[in-house]
Amino acid sequence: MSSVRGGAPRTGAAAQHRAAGRDPRGGSVGTGAGAQRDPGVPRMSRRAREALAAYGFLLPWLVGLVGLTLGPMLYSLYLSFTRYDLLTPPEWSGLDNYRAMLEDPRLAKSVEVTVVYVAVAVPAILVVSLAVALVLSRAMRFLPFYRAAFYLPSLVGASVAVSLLWRHLFAGDGVVNALLRAVGVQGRTWIGDPDTALYTLVLLSVWTFGSPMIIFLAGLKQVPRDLYEAAEVDGAGPVRRFVSVTLPLLSPLIFFNVLLTTVNAFQAFTPAYVVSGGTGGPADSTLFYTLYLYQRGFTQLDMGYASAMAWALLVVLGAFTAAMFATARFWVHYGDER
Amino acid sequence: MSTQAPARQPAVLRPVFPRRPSRNALVRAAARHALLLAVLFVILYPLLWMVGASFRPENQAFGTLGLWPSGFTLDNYREGWSYGTLNFSRYFLNSLVIAVLCIVGNVVSCSLAAYAFARLEFPFKRALFALVLATLLLPYQVTIVPQYVLFNELAWINTIMPLTVPKFLATDAFFVFLMVQFIRTLPRELDEAARLDGCGHLGIFRRVILPLSLPAIGTTAMFTFIRTWDDFLGPLLYLNDPERWTVTLGLNGFLDNTGVSSFGPLFAMATVAIAPIVGFFLVSQRLLIEGVATSGLK
Repeated sequence: MSSVRGGAPRTGAAAQHRAAGRDPRGGSVGTGAGAQRDPGVPRMSRRAREALAAYGFLLPWLVGLVGLTLGPMLYSLYLSFTRYDLLTPPEWSGLDNYRAMLEDPRLAKSVEVTVVYVAVAVPAILVVSLAVALVLSRAMRFLPFYRAAFYLPSLVGASVAVSLLWRHLFAGDGVVNALLRAVGVQGRTWIGDPDTALYTLVLLSVWTFGSPMIIFLAGLKQVPRDLYEAAEVDGAGPVRRFVSVTLPLLSPLIFFNVLLTTVNAFQAFTPAYVVSGGTGGPADSTLFYTLYLYQRGFTQLDMGYASAMAWALLVVLGAFTAAMFATARFWVHYGDER
Repeated sequence: MSTQAPARQPAVLRPVFPRRPSRNALVRAAARHALLLAVLFVILYPLLWMVGASFRPENQAFGTLGLWPSGFTLDNYREGWSYGTLNFSRYFLNSLVIAVLCIVGNVVSCSLAAYAFARLEFPFKRALFALVLATLLLPYQVTIVPQYVLFNELAWINTIMPLTVPKFLATDAFFVFLMVQFIRTLPRELDEAARLDGCGHLGIFRRVILPLSLPAIGTTAMFTFIRTWDDFLGPLLYLNDPERWTVTLGLNGFLDNTGVSSFGPLFAMATVAIAPIVGFFLVSQRLLIEGVATSGLK
C-alpha cells in the first residue's frame, strides 16, 4: 500500500514503481479509502483485486465468448456428426456427413466457384488497391477527397441495394450492354450466362478495393523519403525503387491485406444471394460455399450437414492462416525503420 | 518520422535533388489528377447512375446511360415507399431500432473489455487476448447453425433479440481490438492522477478513459451502424414476419413482390437504403478512415 505516497509527485511515484520492477499502477476499486477505513481487516493483495476488477470488466465479453462463440463451436462440431433437422433431436451418424460431402456434386461445384472467386478477386483487389494507393501517395493536394471517394464503394459494396444495382447493370438490357452498344460491341446477358455470372460478382468485390487501399496508403506515408533518394543516388530507376524499397517496406501490410481479404472473400454471401435470388444460379455458377451452406442448413434444415460444411471451412481457413504465418518470415520484412 | 529530419538541414547539405516546381512537374501533377478523376468517375458511375435513375420517369428508366434525368419526378419514391404489401416506414423504424441497440451494446461491452486488456494485469491475460485475435478471423459460418439452434430454444426467432443481444456481449472482436489499440496510446499518468484523487478502476474508466476514447467510440459506433444497417444474413435468418423486416429484407422483397417493370421504384428505395450510410460517411469520414488505417476494419 505504501508505494503510492500521497504527496509524491506523479512522475516520481511512477519512477519508483518502475525502479521496483513493477507497473506504475495497481490498487483497485476504492483502494485508498478502504485502507483508511479498516486497516486491520485482512485484505486481498492488490494484485488479486486488480485481477478481480479485470474479470468484472471482461464479464460481458467472457459470457459472449463462452455462450456465443466457443460453446456453439463445440456444439456445431458435435452436430456435424449427427443428422439434425431442428424438429427432432440430433441423431448420431458418425462420419456420414463428411462422407456425403465427398460425393456431393453441388458441394464440389460450390468449392470450385468459391476457389475461382477467391483466386481471381483477391489478387485483383490487392493489385488495384496498391496501384491506386501509389498514385494517391504522390498526389498531395485533395488527398482527403480522393481517399474518401475511392473508399465509398467499400462501405456499400456488400449491401442489398448495390447487389440489386449490379444485377441490373449486367442484365441483358442493362447499362453495361447499353455502353457496349454505344461503342459497337454486342453484349450478352452477363448475369444470366453461367460463363460470366461469377465474374460480375468478382468485379463487384474488386469495386470495393477501398479498405486495403487505405491501409496501403497509411503504410506508404511511413516510408522514409531519404530511402528513395538514396536509391535514386545509387542509380535505381522507378521500377527498381518500387521492388527494392516500397515492396519490402510494405510487406507487413501486404501480409495483413492478403490474409484479411482472403478470409473475407471466402465468406462473401449477400451479393451471391441477392444477384441470384438465393439460388446460386444460373446453373449453380454463383453457388458460393456460404450460399450452399445456407441452403442446406436453413432451407433444407439439414443442420448436421451444414455444420460439417462449416467445420470444413474452418479447417481450410485455419490451414491457410497457419501457412501464411509459417511462410511470413521468408517474405515479410520487419525493418528497423518500422 | 524521418521525413521531417532532412528538411531541417541547411539546404547546402542536400544539393542532390533541388525540388523546385518546374513546369514539367506541374504538367505531371495535372496529368495525375486527370487520371485519378477519370478512374474515380468510372468507379462512382454505377452509384451516380442509380441515383439518376431513381428520379427518372418510369418509361425511360431502362438502359439510359446519362446520369441527369431528362424529366424529373419523385413518383418512384412515392410508389416505392409503399409498394404492394411493402411498407418502408416500418422497415426504416425496425432497422433504426436494431442499429441503435447494436451501437449501444457494442460501445458499452467492447470498451469495458478493452479497458481490462489495455490497462489491467490479470491471470491468463495473454491467452485471452490471443482469443480476441483468433475470433477476429473466425468464419461466422461455424457459429450460425448452433446459434440458430440456441436462439430457437430461447424462442427468440422472429424477434430482434438474436440480432442485438450478442452485441451487448462484445461478440464483435474487431471493436475490442480497435479500442485496446486506442486506449494503449493514452498516457498512463492520467490514470495515476485519477487514482491519487481517489478513483477506483470504474472511476478511471468512466472519468478518464471513456472521455478520452471518444474518437475510438465514434469509429465503433459508425462501423456498427454501417454493418447492422447493411446486414442481410442476420435478418434473413431471424426475421420472418414482414412486420419485423429491416430495410435490407424489404429491398430484397421488392424482387419477389413485383415484376421487372418496377425498376424506378426499386432504385428509389435502394437509394434511400444507402443514403444514411453515405450521409454518415460524409459527416465522419476522417474517423472512419483512421479506423480502417489502424485496425483494418471493413
